[in-house]
Amino acid sequence: MDDGCSEMRLLIQADVDHELGPAEAARVAAHVEGCGSCASVHAGLERLSTRLQSELPYHRAPEALQARIVKTVAPRITEARRPSRWQRLSRPSVAAPFGAGFALAASLALFFVLPSGGVQDSVVAGHIRGLQAGHLLDVVSTDQHTVKPWFNGRLDYAPPVKDLAVDGFPLAGGRLDYLAGHPIAVLVYQHRQHVIDVFVAPESHSAGPSESRSGGFNVLRWSRDGMVFWAVSDLNAEELATFAQLWQAS
Amino acid sequence: MTVPAEFERTVLPHLNAAHNLARWLVREPALAEDVVQDAMVRALSYFGTYRGGDARAWLLRIVRNTAYTTMTIRRRTAMTSLDAAASETEASAPFQVPDPADDPEAALAHRQRAGTLEQALAALPLELRECLVLRELEELSYKQIATITDVAIGTVMSRLWRARRALMQGRDRAEEGMA
Repeated sequence: MDDGCSEMRLLIQADVDHELGPAEAARVAAHVEGCGSCASVHAGLERLSTRLQSELPYHRAPEALQARIVKTVAPRITEARRPSRWQRLSRPSVAAPFGAGFALAASLALFFVLPSGGVQDSVVAGHIRGLQAGHLLDVVSTDQHTVKPWFNGRLDYAPPVKDLAVDGFPLAGGRLDYLAGHPIAVLVYQHRQHVIDVFVAPESHSAGPSESRSGGFNVLRWSRDGMVFWAVSDLNAEELATFAQLWQAS
Repeated sequence: MTVPAEFERTVLPHLNAAHNLARWLVREPALAEDVVQDAMVRALSYFGTYRGGDARAWLLRIVRNTAYTTMTIRRRTAMTSLDAAASETEASAPFQVPDPADDPEAALAHRQRAGTLEQALAALPLELRECLVLRELEELSYKQIATITDVAIGTVMSRLWRARRALMQGRDRAEEGMA
């Protein structure tokens, strides 16, 4: 990998990182096929990437920190919402904004995301609520035959449940969420450190766009057998689409 | 939509990413939480300058700048304290600010005898470690990483390469050692 191939390294790396266009990727593939040392660099980078993603801890924000941030940020939001902010700031009174801040802090937990209309925003809001409030799973099981019956009696429909562990998307469990005031089934999957929520509802729900992006989350919608599905995750759009295809195909 | 509500909708959902980056940069749990809290307050004050687009990258850039400022202050404080200077060898690692003269391989070889990948990554110089964390754990593109770390895309590519080469060579050495 030294000598004449040194300039290939960054290209090989860019290929492993999915940064190349089709033409460049083909050029790299052709070279790697005929060059032993570059092939071993390519394989080494892929192995390292897999290990890093599976072995390194992802440090989620602890709940205490989330609470602290809400408390810190909320009073400032209160101030910003008052019209006479500069007058308020010049006054020495502390008690009133403090109280208002606490009241808002309590309600903020429920409104981390304010739906700006559109069903996909509500779905994203539900996804984030699940992540933030530590209420991701009502039933914890990787077994579809445990998760599916759990919804019986909690919903007036029976959502299909599938485990995609063999494809790298293991089922983690399920929970009950609410969409437009109706209880809705959510299936929770894991992919590396990402959480994928699949909201399942009877097709009478208004649908929204089939693909969208909101606040850094990707949303994919599809319909099948009288049910409509929304997959929501911070996973990249490409892999989320793969997940959706696998789900529909299985 | 009011600005604060927009902040709640677009920025707060990336709290986990903010904490993950802060933790990998400063390494000390309590310090990482302080960094995230400071960064969130800064983000709220700067929110007027947010022009839509990639909220996660926008927030992570603030987190990174906050972490660097915090570490610089800590380091300056530590250097003026004789106690801290005396225990420099074992205690200063979390507060180290990147020194361009650091040789990643040498630093790594020193720390990597403990063996795990996590320790090897933690031993990398800051500017290499942050690139690799943003790429592998946040799965950001070269362009996003360049924006967050305020360097050219070419620099991101060479830093990623140096980081990975150091980890791969360290691993080879470890395997040879065992054989």
